[in-house]
Amino acid sequence: MVTNHIVDARAIHKHFGTLHVLKGVDLKVDERELVFIIGPSGSGKSTLLRCLNRLEEPSSGSIVVDGIDMLDAKTDINHARRRIGMVFQSFNLYPHMTALGNVTLALRKVAGKGRAEAEALGRAALERVGLAERADHTPGQLSGGQQQRVAIARSIALEPRVMLFDEPTSALDPELVGSVLEVMRGLRESGMTMIVVSHEMGFARNAADRVVFMDDGLIVEQGPPAAIFENPTQERTRAFIGQIQRH
Amino acid sequence: MIEAFFNIEIMKAAWPIVLTGLWNTILLSLIVVPLGLLGGLILALLASIRHPLVRWPLMAWVDFFRAFPPLVLLVLLFAGLPFAGLELGGFACVAIAFFLNTGSYYGEIFRAGIDSVPAGQVEAARSTGLTRMQAMRYVVLPQAVRNVMPDLLSNTLEVVKLTSLGSVVAVPELLYEARQAQSITYNPTPIVMAAVIYFLLLWPVVRLLSRLENRALAGRR
Repeated sequence: MVTNHIVDARAIHKHFGTLHVLKGVDLKVDERELVFIIGPSGSGKSTLLRCLNRLEEPSSGSIVVDGIDMLDAKTDINHARRRIGMVFQSFNLYPHMTALGNVTLALRKVAGKGRAEAEALGRAALERVGLAERADHTPGQLSGGQQQRVAIARSIALEPRVMLFDEPTSALDPELVGSVLEVMRGLRESGMTMIVVSHEMGFARNAADRVVFMDDGLIVEQGPPAAIFENPTQERTRAFIGQIQRH
Repeated sequence: MIEAFFNIEIMKAAWPIVLTGLWNTILLSLIVVPLGLLGGLILALLASIRHPLVRWPLMAWVDFFRAFPPLVLLVLLFAGLPFAGLELGGFACVAIAFFLNTGSYYGEIFRAGIDSVPAGQVEAARSTGLTRMQAMRYVVLPQAVRNVMPDLLSNTLEVVKLTSLGSVVAVPELLYEARQAQSITYNPTPIVMAAVIYFLLLWPVVRLLSRLENRALAGRR
């Protein structure tokens, strides 16, 4: 399948038992684009994100990322996943390893780097998130914001073509959110393609190229942030934006 | 009383025999504990494949060998198998019985440990391209073992105590040798010696276990 989009997901359906969570979603993302996905909880936005690297198996549809058919049985999914970084709401750092250990594990075991090279790359990645001096700390010794930045370093160390963020700041104390958004802004400036599920509307407004509003398993409306936030065409979008802005 | 249970003369005479028994108990433990751990790990890894075709036979296996009294299992292997033309000897029978019995117990402990690791850990590992087995080996198992360390140690304590079952099938471990010495000397002092040695051997482990358990409690607070 030839496509100009780095992410090309078509007609994605996802059922959890009797629950129809995604009802035919199309999402195309250009290289270097930052796409924000917003919507009420249970709208399917996290599930969509998790389908893109197949942490969740879509019930039907097609997903092509960086030219690789993610749903083809012949695709080496572990190889494909190296190109797709993912950052989770709950960080999911490995608590029994240092920050550097977290960042180098996949470099060594998946990318096949030797210890010295992996550590050099790992330290460089930690440097990019401003945590070079915390390399030898374990997650338990780091603040939530620092943990999330280590998690970002763990992903970018593998030089992914796309980064997926699943509510990266939702579990953070308000005063720690800024440092994580700062790192994400830096990534964007370096040209990383990013798909972000988040409620950080301020960040969406000034950093996103496109905002996608999802509700009830479907994309209701999408467009530039200004259009979605100031002039939504759909009633459901308007209601959601109104609710968010009241807080 | 002292004549009968703490007879110095008898102790002197029985010492070499009892010492042989001690070494054999240690040797036996060094074989059956790793064997049980290995069996348990295999069972727990199989259990992490949540396929019904794996799960049900596995559950039946574990339930069966946990409900089967280890002494009965041992005697059955030792006295029963020769009728099937298979004569294994006491030592091999103990090894097999322990692999089956304690492996099932260790398996349940490992399984609980694996279940205690949040699913997000595997998701994070898989999202960076690690295979299922790599995620298990580098991310899940180290945390799982740490989480159930007190239980593993406690079970190991039981296993070492259970090696005295070997005396039933003529494996010359501590209890067996002490009984030999008793029957030669017509005095129960060697049995007391065996009891004291078991205590001295296992007491440090019991202390360590208490400390681990206290630390686990403190960590939960």
